[in-house]
Amino acid sequence: MQQMTSEEFVETINKSREDKDWVRVFDMIPYFSFLGMRLEAKDGTLICVLPEDKKFIGNPVLPALHGGVVGAFLESTALVHLFATQDVTRVPKIINITVEYLRSAKPIETYAEAVITKPGRRIANMRIEAWQADRAKPVAAAHANFLVS
Amino acid sequence: MSKPFDINQIQNIIDTGIPHCSEIGVKVHEMDDDGVTFSLPYQERFAGNPVNGILHGGIITTLIDTAAGMCIYARVKKYLPIATLDLRIDYLKPATPGLELFTRATCYRTTRQIAFTRAIAYHTDPDDPVANSVGTFMLKSSSTKPLDEVSKEKGE
Repeated sequence: MQQMTSEEFVETINKSREDKDWVRVFDMIPYFSFLGMRLEAKDGTLICVLPEDKKFIGNPVLPALHGGVVGAFLESTALVHLFATQDVTRVPKIINITVEYLRSAKPIETYAEAVITKPGRRIANMRIEAWQADRAKPVAAAHANFLVS
Repeated sequence: MSKPFDINQIQNIIDTGIPHCSEIGVKVHEMDDDGVTFSLPYQERFAGNPVNGILHGGIITTLIDTAAGMCIYARVKKYLPIATLDLRIDYLKPATPGLELFTRATCYRTTRQIAFTRAIAYHTDPDDPVANSVGTFMLKSSSTKPLDEVSKEKGE
């Protein structure tokens, strides 16, 4: 893991927001690298992508992604959305998350998008949705609160 | 009555039947009538914060989801296909970098189709938890074989 100060981390996030290049932030966060996540920004939307990888399988019979990975991906997507849309002075901290599993998630490429349902001064309330081949058929959704200042 | 679950068997199910759990290195410590205790050794690759190495919440969710699912087997004393419906996690304090993370999960109620679980994550003291969780699971969620049969086919 790279050694860096909190100021450097926040500075990198804010710089990435300006030049819209998130690769360096994703590279900096070990768990994001483990997930192999990337961000696709187009037409004003911010969609996170979780690549297909056998190591994410929780049920090899169905087969299906591990529920924990789906939850982790939703949480990560919310965090990325905050990085990309809010001028952060500190790294947002997750307070809680409720994940609803709507369909069995196949071990294929998965997408997620977050919205800030209530952008508070101290708390950001977020809703996140994940889908696979068909956006109209979400595989999971979550509500989460983040401490932002 | 002999214990229906043996820890080595559960560990074998995890190692051979659940690819993501073997990937991250989930360890089984206890499985009894009241629930299960699992752990995950600290690994830098699961850090969510590059400044201090604190674990990403998602890896805590994964450990809790795994234990909450498996504690249902301890309660109903058999393996059956289950699926997470809903899982809430409260992150009570940051996990301490370098320390192994434990989770204790219990299933406190089952109906014919649904199981309700509670879990905490902690390092050394269950009374000083890192995270608290409640979950809801669907029982007999699919017509697929339960995991012990899968791992038998793969492991033996």
